[in-house]
Formats: sequence, C-alpha cells, structure tokens
Amino acid sequence: MIWQLDLAILSLVILCAVAAIWVKDLLGCSILFGAYSFMMCLLWAIMGSVDVAFTEASVGAGVSTVFFVAAVFRTTRRTKD
Amino acid sequence: MRLFGFIIVCLSGALLLYATQDFPPWGDPGSPASTHVSPRYLEKSMEETDVPNVVTSVLADYRGFDTMFETTVIFAAGMSCFILLRIVRKEDEDRYYRHVSTGVTFHIKGKGRIPERSGEFERIDTMWTPYDLIIKTMARFLVPFIQLFALYVLAHGHESPGGGFQGGVIMGASFIVMAIAFDLRTALNGFREKVDGLLSALGVFIYAGTGALCLVLGGNFIDYKELAKILPVDQVEARAYGILSVETGVFIAVMAVMVCIYINIASEGKHDEGL
Repeated sequence: MIWQLDLAILSLVILCAVAAIWVKDLLGCSILFGAYSFMMCLLWAIMGSVDVAFTEASVGAGVSTVFFVAAVFRTTRRTKD
Repeated sequence: MRLFGFIIVCLSGALLLYATQDFPPWGDPGSPASTHVSPRYLEKSMEETDVPNVVTSVLADYRGFDTMFETTVIFAAGMSCFILLRIVRKEDEDRYYRHVSTGVTFHIKGKGRIPERSGEFERIDTMWTPYDLIIKTMARFLVPFIQLFALYVLAHGHESPGGGFQGGVIMGASFIVMAIAFDLRTALNGFREKVDGLLSALGVFIYAGTGALCLVLGGNFIDYKELAKILPVDQVEARAYGILSVETGVFIAVMAVMVCIYINIASEGKHDEGL
C-alpha cells in the first residue's frame, strides 16, 4: 500500500462526499456520488479486495449512478433547500 | 437545512472515526479475523469444497444460503419497484410521430391513429428527442463487447474476481446503454417486459432449484457434490458445474432486475418514453 496514493484517494473521497451535500444541482450530486463510488472502488483495489472493488465499480459507480440520473430526469434538478 | 445535514454528517463521521480506533490495524496478523477466520478458510476450502478461488468457495458454498437470500432480496427490490411505479399506459395520450422521409412531425391527440407498421413514421419522445449518430453508432459497437465481457465475468468468476452478481450488473448495464443511446422503446423491443419479469423470477428459481436438486439427490441443501449422481462427471467437477449454475441464476436475476428498475424509473412506469 503506497501511502501517498492512499492519502490522495482518501482526500478525494471526503471531498466528493462534502461536495455532494453542498452542491445544489442534483444531477451534479449524482455524478459526485459516482465519483465517490469510483474512489471507494480504487481504495478496495488498493487494499487487495478485488471482488469488492469489482462490485463497487459495476454497481456503485455504474448502475446506481444511472438510476440516480434517471430519477433526477423524472423529478427536479434543483434542490428546494 | 443544508447546514443541519452537514452538522449531522460531521457528527456521525466523527463518531465512526472514533469507533475505528477499536479496530485492529489494517492487515494486522494478530487480529481475531486473521487468527481464527481467514486461516480456517484458506487451509480447508480446497479440501472441503474443491474451489480454486477462496472468495467463490465462501460466497457460493460456505455462505450459499446467504447468497441465495441476497438474490431473493434483489428480486424483491425489482418487484417492489415494479409495484410502486408501473402504470399501464392509457391509449388516448398525446403522441408525436415523425414522418421519416420528410421530417414533418405529427401530433396525434386522443384516439387518433397513424398507419402503424408502415415504416414511414417513427415515434418520437415528447420530452427529449435526441438524434445523435455518434452515440448511437458507438453504442451499437460497444454493446456486444459489454455483453461478451459480462459473460466472461460470469463464466470465469469461479477462478478469478467476478461472478454472477457483477456479470449480471454489467449485462443489465448493456441494455441500459441501449435504452440511453437509442430510446426506451428500442430497448423494450429487444427485452420485453414479460420476459424481464419471468427472467428475474427464473434466476431465483435456478438458484433454489439447484439447491433443492442436491436435497433430492440425498445430500444437504446446496451440497453440490451430490450432482455427480446425475451428471457424467466426478464430484470435483460436479461442484464446479453446481456453482456455475447457481451463478447463472444470480446473473439472470440481477440482469433482469437492473433493467426492470431502470425502465420503471426512467419512464415513470409508463414504459413508452424516457431517458
């Protein structure tokens, strides 16, 4: 485990998480969730659990982001608060 | 409200960070998981289950019940999405058609009809009518490769990372790519709703059926080595085929449920137009 890489990815995870709360555009929010999932996938891969990383990449970063985008398409793009 | 949410997130994050202090360090050989759990599986899985990949042996053999009910949960998720969202389309809704050769758009109201199946008219979406040759061509090229990769992940999941769940998600994603690049009706023409519902139930049935077959043949539930009595192979290979059939069940169920959820969300349950 290379700690510089680990630190960079972990800070990106936290950045994505905080940005997903603060951003007002829900489409951007779902894309940030996708980026968050992909960073988590990289973290799993670094820690050597390839199966979990694979599931995270396909489910978290792939399909669930599309579900979020579809839900945003059918509801509203701006948050009320 | 946003500030309130941010404070809650910070508090629970701090609490989680505080709780992780009790965890053993990452990769610590002296932690309970590394002294009791992992060595047991690493040493015994080959002689007990004859599976080359320890993750697969835990997922499909030691924790076979767990994976079966996981598949059932996914099936239930798809069905609840269907029950909550599905609306049978009314015939007298407004529809738009484009005359292909002239490009004239027709707005059909109420019970008005257009000569169907003549090939001169194409239905277009009311909300969003993309026509992008690049995306369509790329999707047409990519989808076969995505599906081939999904089948590889399923077939090779026995020995390498992957398996039914990931392969099923990738296969479902290929149909979603079709629905996004073309339109929802094109995707539904290739993957009808009835087929979708039947497949999601069939996947769970294949899993439970393989387990029950082992029970009928005189072993325990999901005890794959009993399949050697009806297959012309020895017990080691019977285990491999048993796990493959179980993974195929997971694959089919997950694929069908992913497509079902996507189509129901994207079209608000009307199954005619959407993202």
